[in-house]
Amino acid sequence: MWFKAPESCNCIEPQWPADELLVKYQYISDFFIALAYFSIPLELIYFVKKSAVFPYRWVLVQFGAFIVLCGATHLINLWTFTIHTRTVAIVMTAAKVLTAVVSCITALMLVHIIPDLLSVKTRELFLKNKAAELDREMGLIRTQEETGRHVRMLTHEIRSTLDRHTILKTTLIELGRTLALEECALWMPTRTGLELQLAYTLRQQNPVGYTVPIHLPVINQVFSSNRAVKISPNCPVARLRPHTGKYMPGEVVAVRVPLLNLSNFQIYDWPEVSTRSYALMVLMLPSDSARQWHVHELELVEVVADQVAVALSHAAILEESMRARNMLMEQNVALDLARREAETAIHARNDFLAVMNHEMRTPMHAIIALSSLLQETELTAEQRLMVETILKSSNLLATLINDVLDLSRLEDGSLQLETTTFSLHSVFREVLSLIKPVASVKKLSLTLHLASDLPAYAVGDDKRLMQTILNVVGNAVKFSKEGSISISAIVAKPESFKDARIPEFHPVSSDNHFYLRVQVKDSGSGIHPQDIPKLFTKFAQSQAVTTKGPAGSGLGLAICRRFVNLMEGHIWIESEGIGKGCTVTFFVKLGIPDRSNESKLAFAPKVMGNHVTTNFGGLKVLVMDDNGVNRSVTKGLLLHLGCDVTAAGSSEECLRIISPEHRVVFMDVCTGLDGYELAIRIQEKFKKRQDRPLIVALTGNTNKVTKENCMRVGMDGLILKPVSVDKMRGVLSELLEHRVLFEAI
Amino acid sequence: MEVGQMQRQWLDYTRSLFIEGFLDGQFLQLEQLQDDNNPDFVVEVVSLFFQDSHKLLNDLTIALDQKSVDFKKIDAHVHQLKGSSSSIGAQRVKNCCIAFRNFCEEQNTDACLKCLHQVKQECCLVKNKLETLFRLEQQIMAAGGSIPMMELSF
Repeated sequence: MWFKAPESCNCIEPQWPADELLVKYQYISDFFIALAYFSIPLELIYFVKKSAVFPYRWVLVQFGAFIVLCGATHLINLWTFTIHTRTVAIVMTAAKVLTAVVSCITALMLVHIIPDLLSVKTRELFLKNKAAELDREMGLIRTQEETGRHVRMLTHEIRSTLDRHTILKTTLIELGRTLALEECALWMPTRTGLELQLAYTLRQQNPVGYTVPIHLPVINQVFSSNRAVKISPNCPVARLRPHTGKYMPGEVVAVRVPLLNLSNFQIYDWPEVSTRSYALMVLMLPSDSARQWHVHELELVEVVADQVAVALSHAAILEESMRARNMLMEQNVALDLARREAETAIHARNDFLAVMNHEMRTPMHAIIALSSLLQETELTAEQRLMVETILKSSNLLATLINDVLDLSRLEDGSLQLETTTFSLHSVFREVLSLIKPVASVKKLSLTLHLASDLPAYAVGDDKRLMQTILNVVGNAVKFSKEGSISISAIVAKPESFKDARIPEFHPVSSDNHFYLRVQVKDSGSGIHPQDIPKLFTKFAQSQAVTTKGPAGSGLGLAICRRFVNLMEGHIWIESEGIGKGCTVTFFVKLGIPDRSNESKLAFAPKVMGNHVTTNFGGLKVLVMDDNGVNRSVTKGLLLHLGCDVTAAGSSEECLRIISPEHRVVFMDVCTGLDGYELAIRIQEKFKKRQDRPLIVALTGNTNKVTKENCMRVGMDGLILKPVSVDKMRGVLSELLEHRVLFEAI
Repeated sequence: MEVGQMQRQWLDYTRSLFIEGFLDGQFLQLEQLQDDNNPDFVVEVVSLFFQDSHKLLNDLTIALDQKSVDFKKIDAHVHQLKGSSSSIGAQRVKNCCIAFRNFCEEQNTDACLKCLHQVKQECCLVKNKLETLFRLEQQIMAAGGSIPMMELSF
């Protein structure tokens, strides 16, 4: 094309048909080249437009320009095949020049940017690697997070229950699920601590009670560290599934689970390591899975094991406290029941006592009332004696019935002594008169000795004192087949306390009180010294084999002791042995009545159904006094009180006048022995005691000897002169009721 | 003199007797025994006493005059006198008798004589006093009044 066919061409004439073909082909190629040259920039422009990030736009523009110009050049070349004008040649030249310029610039530029382009590529590779790495790590983190989630969930599951079995089962199940285990098992130490027993497995429903000795090396290895340890699948603890042929068993991991006991927890220390016992958890990966234990999985297992330990200990503590609470509740119920039973029993007893009391008292009252009424009627002497004995016995029985109630009240501590002023002598006399019949039947002799310094009157509970004395004397009579019984009563001096066998008893006498010491000696069957302590126990029976006498059991001595204790005293028995008799001694504290009260209180009539008679209704009395004045005064006194008085001036006259109709004889004993002899003579005259009148001595002698003499001769009373109206009234009342009255001297 | 005045006089006199010790509580007891059945009880008893004491004192005088004094008998007499005097409440006489008895025990004749003398005096005194008292009472009764109840308040 660049071939100019000028005028000087001496070539052969071109043959258009062959050249024409070639030209044609050139023509077409140029055209296509131009097309390509033009379309490539278009594509580049399109690319530039589309790729915002491409950094070398300028280069592309240059390329574009270069290509466009090249295209233009080729295009223009089309016109140069034929004769062309000068403009075309200029244009052509211009185009070529431009193209040359641009392409040179481009080439130069390209030199600069080629390294850059290369580095872009490198960076891209680098980033790709990085991205891959990050992806990997991301995968790891996700796995770990998931593991953590599993742990939390597991822990939550484990801790949500306080039941041991549930905890362990849940652990295994969740672990199995999280780690996709083939088998998971828990070995617990047996009671002996020498073996591990298969307690739970995941897949097998009923674990056979395999046991494995605890001191295997592999077990020790696991127990000695708190990490999960990989163990061989062939060791005894891991051989859980029946090994079927050529399976490649998966890896096995074992971890210890501390079993904490309640006692391991101190307040300030954490549990010591040495005393712990462990259970063994064995985890097996699926066989033939080529899975391996990853670190995070092992960590998971360790965490779970610890959590299980804590959960188990909580469960154990709770179990313990529940058990304790149940026990306490049971005990409470039992105690409540016992209390109610006791209350019921007490109520029943009280009711029984009350009813029995009432039931027993009603007939008693009837007997007493009717006997009293009978006493008022006309009776022969014998009948009167019988009625009086009936009355006395009934009164005694009534007192005993009261005492059955009393004993229960004594034990409750609610019994209180009644305090009245009473005559000591009358108490003893009554006891004697009650016991005498029994004693005489057994041919026992009864002697009573009352000390001369014994106050005639004392302040205390006379009924209970009498009961005590009666009980003691009654026992003496009961247990003596022969011989004698002596009763003595004295005022206890401080010295006499010392030789009593009661070292802890230190009574203090004072002006208001004295201690009465009563001793009853009998010559009966005696008591074995060993049995003595039992005697005061209620209902205790003495085991004496040799005595064939009446059995000694019952409330008597127990009641006596309680009464004596209430009276701030002491009672004890001495006996030298079987057959040697025995001695009962007791002290009681009694009050001394005021002298000023004496004349009023001493004669206060007792409550036993009597009232003060102000008018003695023609009571026949005899006054014997050889002093006329005194005789008149006494007579006037008795007349004033409504008595039918006969006066005698001498003993002989008295004996002459006296008759069974006279109820009382007042005789003056100031004058020598006349009075005493008279008393004796009167007693001789009247054989039966109930016939003869009461003999009362009137004396101005404040002499104990006189009193003793009076008592000795069997007088029924002693009164000190001067006698006032009130005094005489009281005296008569007392005399008629009690038939005895010894004024205190 | 009107009744009220006489009664007051009687009261004063009686009180004085008690204060001076001629009489004691026993006398009041005697007065209590005087009632409608026994209107003159006190007078009777007192008269009886003076008769008795008169006799006794005579006996005593004779007994003490003896050469050999029988103290037992004297004691018996004095004892009687003591009993009587205490029965009617003649306090001073009684006290003398007590002293007398002590001397009798000691067998002191001189002292006994002295005592006897004293007893006689006391008897006379109390006799006069009581006679005055009874006269007053009679006057009151005659005037239509009544004997007021005596209350020992000292």
